[in-house]
This record gives sequence, C-alpha cells and structure tokens, in this order.
Amino acid sequence: MAIFQARDVAIKFGRISAVDGVTFDIEPGTVFTIIGPNGAGKTTLFNLISRLYDTSAGTLTFEGRDITNLPAHSIAGLGIARTFQNLELFDHATVLQNLLLGRHAHTRSNLVAELLFLGSVRREELAHREKVEEVIDFLNLHKYRDSMIVNLPYGVRKVVELARALCSEPKLLLLDEPSSGLNTEETGEMAFWIHDIRDRYGITVLMVEHDMGLVNRVSDKVLALNYGRVITIGTAAQVQSHPEVITAYLGG
Amino acid sequence: MRFPYKTDYGQDLDLFKSSSDRFWYGLLALVLLSMPLWVDTFWLGEVSYVFILGIVGIGLMILTGYAGQVSIGHAAFLGIGAYTHAILLSMGTPFVVSLVGATALSTLIGAGVGFPALRVAGIYLAMATFAFNFLVEFVFVRWESMTGGFSGFAVASPEFLGVSFTSGGGFYYICLLSIVLAILLTLNLLRSPTGRALIALRDSETAAQALGVRLARYKTTAFAISAGLTGFAGALFAHRIGYLAPDIFTIMFSIQLLLMVVVGGMGSIHGAIFGAIFVGALPQLIAIMRDYLPDSVARQPGIEPGIFGLLLVLTILFEPRGIYGRWLKIKHYFSVFPMHKKAAFSRQKSYTKSER
Repeated sequence: MAIFQARDVAIKFGRISAVDGVTFDIEPGTVFTIIGPNGAGKTTLFNLISRLYDTSAGTLTFEGRDITNLPAHSIAGLGIARTFQNLELFDHATVLQNLLLGRHAHTRSNLVAELLFLGSVRREELAHREKVEEVIDFLNLHKYRDSMIVNLPYGVRKVVELARALCSEPKLLLLDEPSSGLNTEETGEMAFWIHDIRDRYGITVLMVEHDMGLVNRVSDKVLALNYGRVITIGTAAQVQSHPEVITAYLGG
Repeated sequence: MRFPYKTDYGQDLDLFKSSSDRFWYGLLALVLLSMPLWVDTFWLGEVSYVFILGIVGIGLMILTGYAGQVSIGHAAFLGIGAYTHAILLSMGTPFVVSLVGATALSTLIGAGVGFPALRVAGIYLAMATFAFNFLVEFVFVRWESMTGGFSGFAVASPEFLGVSFTSGGGFYYICLLSIVLAILLTLNLLRSPTGRALIALRDSETAAQALGVRLARYKTTAFAISAGLTGFAGALFAHRIGYLAPDIFTIMFSIQLLLMVVVGGMGSIHGAIFGAIFVGALPQLIAIMRDYLPDSVARQPGIEPGIFGLLLVLTILFEPRGIYGRWLKIKHYFSVFPMHKKAAFSRQKSYTKSER
C-alpha cells in the first residue's frame, strides 16, 4: 500500500491555480522525484504537504490517515520531515541546537520539570543527544557541532538541514532541491546519502530536483509537473523521453 | 588557550562548563554575600536596584533576546507587579504570599498580552505592547480606590516572619536570592526543549512549525514567563522606591528596559546582567559628569533620555552584540595572545533569503 497519496490536490492564489488536480501515490521505501520547470508548482506542492498552505481541493493521505486539514505543527509528529529550498535554519543557534530542535516532535516537555531541570529532563535530553549523534555520525558533521549556523558555508548548511530533518526520525522525508548550490563533489555525496537514507533507514523520500544527473541516479519514480498539472509519472528515462516534458523544458 | 576536553554528553548540559568557571562564580558569590560587611547602606541599595533591574533584564531577554518578540511595554508589567504587591501588603497579606500573588497576576496578564502576538509581529507587536503600556498607566491613574490615582500611596515596609528589613542587609539579601533563583530557573529553561523552541521561534517560524513547534503555545509561554519575572521584580521594585505613583511606569521606563538588554547584549543572560549594571550605574555616572560640564549644558532638562538614546544608537552601530559581545572579544584577545587576528569575529554575510 502507498505510504503517501495525493488525490486531485489543488490550490489557488486568487485566480491562479498553482497546483491543479495533482494525483500520485508514493510506495514505501522508494525515492519519488518531482521535476518541472520554474514556477511549475513543485515547492507549492511541498508546502501543501507540510501544511504551510491550505489546499483548495483534494485530499492528502499519509499512512492511511487524512492529513489535509491538520495544523502544520502536527505533521512532524506523524513522521513527515522536510528541508527548504533556500534553507530555513535557526541561524543564531549552534548546529547541535538546530539538530536537537529536529527532535522537538519527540519531546515530552513539561514546563515545571524544565524550570527545575529535574532528572527526567536531563535523561530525556541525553537520549535525544544520542539520536542526534547518530545523525552527526552518518552525515559527518562532527567538527561543526558547536558552530553557529551564520558562520558556516552554504554547502555545510545544506547538510545540517538534511541532518535536522533526519533527527525527527521521519518515515517520509521531503527534500526541496537538495543539490541546489552544491558543487559536483557535494552533489555526489548527496546522492550517496539519499540512497543510504532509503536503503539503510528505510525512509521514503519525496524530492524536488533540477539536477537531472542526480534525478537519474537516485529516483525510483519521477513525476513531471508543469503549470501545476501532472504531465506524466514513470521511471526517470520514461519521463525524460516523454514529448510533453521535452516541450515543457525546451518550449515549442 | 583552553580547550575543554569532553568525555560525556552530560557535560554540555551542565551549568558550569569548567572548573575555572566554578572558581570565578564562587568568588563572585563570596564577594556578593559579604558585601553588606564592607559596603555602606547607600551603595548596598544601589546594588539591590541592579539586582532588581537584572531580573527584569532576564525576563525581557527571554522574550526579546531569545523568543525574538520585541516589547516596549515592560514597565507596565513592572508596575502591575509593584501595585499588586503593595496593595496586597496594605490589605495585610504576608510578604511571601503577596510576592507570589504579584508574580501570578503579571504572569496571567502577560499570557493575555501574548495573544495579539500570535497575529502581529515585529514593529506591529512593538506598537501593541506600547499601547498596552499606556493602557496600564491609565488604569493606575483612574482606578483611584485601589491605586490612589495620581497622588499614589506609600508601600508598607517588607516584613518576613515578624522581622522587618527595610534598609541595608535584609533587603539586599532578598534581592540577591531572587536574582540567583531567576538566573537558575532561566538557565534551566534555556537548556531544555522549551528554550530551544523559543530560539526556533525567533530565527524561523516556518521551520519551527515544520519541526512540530506550536507557535501559539511557545509565544504565549514566552510572554507569560517574561511578564512573570518582570512582575516579580516589580514587587521588589515597590520596596526600593517606597512610594508608588503612576508616572514611574511610563513608556520612557519601558524604553530604558529595552535599552538595557540591547546594550547588554542580545541573546545572553550575561547580557541582561551587564545591561542592568549599566542602566543602574548610568544615572550616577551622569550625575558625576554633570559636575564637570558647563552649567548651560548640565542644566538641560532632557539630558538623561538624550544620553540613553545616543548610547542605544551607538551600540547598534558599533557593537551589535552589546557589552557582553565586547567582553567576549576582550577575553578572546587575551586567551590567544599574541595570536589575535582582526577577522576573528567578523562573520560572513548571510545568504540572501527569498521566498521558500
């Protein structure tokens, strides 16, 4: 059964349909990639799934549960994490603090216990720290642990954001252009990690990506979007040879 | 240069990071505890005032420095705490109960003020708190049966277990104990999930939401805790000034409180304390300076707010991290001497942000 389903999802900003009747299924343990020219509605679709925008029509289902009308802050708790196209890190906090915030959906905080910093709070913090350290090990972030985000180069920030999303132990991971702003070497690393995320951790990945090299390397399924509508869904090769996709990219 | 060698994740949670920390804070504690023995009553009062300001500074720092919500109405919370405490005392309530009552009421009102903060942000929130300050001032003036209106009323002297401690050591120790407690509770909060959530709120609401942080809950919490601490400080403040009148808790005072956290250094508890020392000492400094200025300048009426404003602008221009930022730089200079390089603290430009 599909882990995530979108049925006839649509959103209108005024009279413009940014996403219009989009339907797709994501099988568990796969990498599902959305491609499309600029302004096709890819990021909007992401914002709909993470509930930052409200859908005008259609339903979103995650693990058989309708999430179309849930508030944005409850999505992480269900097991959906995301990264952002232009980075939304907590700039004036350390890498460690950012990653620990990735654990927020798993905290059972109680204000009084926190004010007194009872033993239970300390134990919980240490447990979170161990989870965070696993992710740090996986993505090689050891030397940046105590650095402020503002002092880090772009490539590292990109990895920190991926790490933060992984810290929430998602079942579905939404990556918005994971390779943008990265050099060839870093993109290659990203491809390895996406494979590992799928194979080692069994996390389903939904990704928006422009770099066709990366798309071909990691995707199990590709969806091509244009003007908010689905053109075609298939393997990377099938989608890229589809005449409408070629038209959408090259014009004509 | 010292490199802390960590062997345990718990070390990152400890309040004191190293043994030298323990030594210096222990020394500070000794100096503060013994102060009544070697300092006269006037200066003891001044130091107590710095402690009270420090508590307000911590409260405002949680809200503005950590949660990123600007308030220019904190004098109102200070006033609410002061009036509640004084009125409760006049009704014969025991000192400690009245202190708790004042704190509780300002916490509640703070949570209430937090609600508009869910809708408005930045400069608009500042304006809303600004309006709140006026509103509270108005209530102090008009609710004559309770507040004594314009003429105000005298605050009963503090008494605990039948012992009065109006001046000197007693009140000093109460203030010292209060600020130590305030610092401890705040540090605990900041190393817990709630403290991190506040930082998340400040730096990116979008990401915070996506990670499961309930914006409404944490904004209200930040306001409530901040107002609670400020109200608590207000109760102590009532004893410090001895006579309450509505013209104390004005916008000017709120701005002075904001100046305190900005000049002290945003986003750190050290900053709040440095700011409190600065704001507490400034009137004395200005008074001393007056003696050396020509009469035509020294007698100008607006000289004090003028200097406050000037300092605020200079801080933002030349040392945005405030006194604490400068302190860190000086410490760094000596710890790496003679290897200091100018670029150590200049940071790269943030990447331009656009729509997500």
